[in-house]
Amino acid sequence: MLPSQIEARQFKDYLPQARQMAVDHIELLRQLPLAFVPLLLQQIEQYDWKFPAERREIDHQLSYLSSRSKDQISRLVSSFNQLKLSPHLERFDWVNSPGSFSQDLSAYLWATHQIDAFRAAAEKFVEQVNASMPPERLPAPRLGIAVIGKGVKENSYPLFRKLRPYGTYFTRVNPSNGLRILLQAAVARAKAHPIPFGHWYIDGGPAETIPNSSLVSISYSALEPVRTALLKKITKAIKEGIGGPEALTSMLFKIRPEQIGLSGKPQDEVLGHFETSIFTQGQGTQIFSTTFVQWTARELWRRAHPLTILARFTPRQRQRPMNELLSGKDLNPEPDLMGSLIDADMGAFLTWIDQQRLAGAKQASFLVWFEDHSEALVVSPFLPRNTESDSPVDMKSLLAQMGLMVARNGKPPQVRSTQSASLHPGRDNYVLDGIDNNVDTVDFLNGADYGDST
Amino acid sequence: MSSSLRPKVSHLSPREVSEAVSCNRREFLRVMTGATAAGTLLELVPGKAFASPRPLKRKVVVVTFGGGCRDEETFMPGGQENIPHLLKELIPQSTFFTRVINRGILGHYVATASLATGVYETFDNFAAVAPDHPTVFEYFRKDLKRPFYDAWVVAPANGFNRIGGSNARSFGPEYAANVILPKRLLKEALSSTKDARYTHLLVDNYETPLLVPVVRGNQMDLHRFSDLLKLSVNDFVAHAMTLSSADELSVYVARQVMRQFAPSLLWITLHDMDVAHAGSYSLYVDGIQRTDRLCGQIWREIQSQPEYAGKTTMFILPDFGRDSDLDSGGNGFQHHRTGDALSRTTWLMALGPGIRQNTVVDRPVQPVDLTPTVGALLGFTPTMGSGRPLKEVS
Repeated sequence: MLPSQIEARQFKDYLPQARQMAVDHIELLRQLPLAFVPLLLQQIEQYDWKFPAERREIDHQLSYLSSRSKDQISRLVSSFNQLKLSPHLERFDWVNSPGSFSQDLSAYLWATHQIDAFRAAAEKFVEQVNASMPPERLPAPRLGIAVIGKGVKENSYPLFRKLRPYGTYFTRVNPSNGLRILLQAAVARAKAHPIPFGHWYIDGGPAETIPNSSLVSISYSALEPVRTALLKKITKAIKEGIGGPEALTSMLFKIRPEQIGLSGKPQDEVLGHFETSIFTQGQGTQIFSTTFVQWTARELWRRAHPLTILARFTPRQRQRPMNELLSGKDLNPEPDLMGSLIDADMGAFLTWIDQQRLAGAKQASFLVWFEDHSEALVVSPFLPRNTESDSPVDMKSLLAQMGLMVARNGKPPQVRSTQSASLHPGRDNYVLDGIDNNVDTVDFLNGADYGDST
Repeated sequence: MSSSLRPKVSHLSPREVSEAVSCNRREFLRVMTGATAAGTLLELVPGKAFASPRPLKRKVVVVTFGGGCRDEETFMPGGQENIPHLLKELIPQSTFFTRVINRGILGHYVATASLATGVYETFDNFAAVAPDHPTVFEYFRKDLKRPFYDAWVVAPANGFNRIGGSNARSFGPEYAANVILPKRLLKEALSSTKDARYTHLLVDNYETPLLVPVVRGNQMDLHRFSDLLKLSVNDFVAHAMTLSSADELSVYVARQVMRQFAPSLLWITLHDMDVAHAGSYSLYVDGIQRTDRLCGQIWREIQSQPEYAGKTTMFILPDFGRDSDLDSGGNGFQHHRTGDALSRTTWLMALGPGIRQNTVVDRPVQPVDLTPTVGALLGFTPTMGSGRPLKEVS
């Protein structure tokens, strides 16, 4: 089917808000190229489950496009129009299965060497549309916190190597109550700036108890039943002979939260769909808690644009060598503390990179702390870059130096360095989501490969 | 944005990025060896670039990494500690191509098949299909009338079972290589023993770890493998249970093949480092370190076997790279999905008799140039390939 043939009745299976949105913009949709409109519909189809920040972007995009003349739209999407698509794609029922269309389009673009042209078209389009978007107004600078290395007693791995050029490396942090203080700081921000889905606490193990908090909490342990339920569905599908990774991915796209033990209540839909997506669209999130934390933080920055994320990496299960697996011994091996620390160190860097892609990056702060140890690194406009500090400092005064708590002397900190503004977010856009030849098939590996579930 | 954080690569064209990558590698090698950079063909240690005597009878061993690795974890200062064997043992003996640009699909099976055919194959990476174009093994066996035991492939995952022979007319199974999938054989062996309960523990691959492709084709079954290699199933299992990874098993099997048949064309594909898809940086780096060690072992094995020593050219190359940390389309080292210049730009080293040592080639080449290069060395012409022989080593 070609875009010009879209009819309003074809959206009858869309969610209520999504259906309304599609019908309201049907004239616009009819003008858009086949290489693009299903990808936009993929976003619209899930509108009811999107975060507020995502909805704002979709709203803006549709509003922007609707305000353009036919010629202007034609010029804006001309690069998509130049792509040559197959008859198979033209016949596809992409209104009802935009996700499946995206997979087939991806394979086709790679196979016909048009992937680079598509990517360039997507970047150009999104950059033009984003340039017209009013800047996001933030009630406070963003804050990212990564807590890494839980359980590690001694460490010789050089931490924060990738982040040190951008911040101040503290070597004498008093670790007393460190996690508690950081959590309190996040809670205080949530209270001071009450924004839906604006403040998050991610934990790779069981979450710490935080009474009366408006932080949205998400933890690997709490989602254990979800992972188990998902595994059962996948195992069943494989046993029944599901036809390859693409078919499995399509199946995963369609899984609803209530099918894997999450709440299906309307008020929980957005969070439930997000939690589901971590396992159905992320790779490695199902087996390694460290990957779960990093991917969740990444997806939150990318999708929800929150003000605060506190991400605590905890030990993941150890990947056992082949001979140990085959010996059949020790089916519940100890966690891999050092491997987890190294993973989390890289995870913290990627979390900071993802934070930097958002509006307000110049004012944003990031703190990574080696839990229960004296090493921390802070990237903040109030602290110099590429600097090491061996002054004794406790967590509260560290936060004060970042401008997040009142210092003991009552003076606010001075701006010391200019942080990066943004990392060219043009490639971080929905048009490119899934357009690759790597299917993010979840990898439970029968659940038995990796001893326990941490 | 600060200039030091600014992702310089994103402001450059793909060509400029690949040149920058190449420059990093070249500069690094220059520093390592004290050579001065000059020209397209760069002699790393002045006066020491020389060709070993070319014997009449030549063999070729190709080692590919079906995982991809980045310069950050290998050739850049923070990564050099991970590849001591490549750096100190192999590169000084090799001609090193700094800029191998993969213009094909960045999936491991289809990319490896493209290496083997000399054409950018376009089939679905996850389909159990044979390449459309003749493979290096078919050209070799058909043109040179070589027997079945003279071309072998040792590959990690079930998806590679069709890589030995193509669907091309006048080629195909009759001229295909023997394909051994060691993990599959181990599963088969385990399934007939009391250890059957552990067969599911062997991960087939890291790109689609849940789904194990159905094996169809002429890959070798366990008993034929056991007979041909004169290796009992029990001994095979017993040895496998002393090894820590699938790549170690592959190298062990390759060694058995070399000792039994001394094939003139042996292709080994490793994939441990592809565990990166699970998002664990430490395991990815472990995989790189293991691959580095295994490459050294393979080269030493070649030198220790009379059938190979002094007459074997070895090629080592990743099939492609991995995504940059700064590319928002990816997730850093985890995948190779963005198709950016960093994930497309990799390297190749060639070493053996007749190959210049301590030499860096800086001009851009392509992975599809490998098969015609092997053809030039062994004496056949891949008529349907799109690559060109690397003149510096052929």
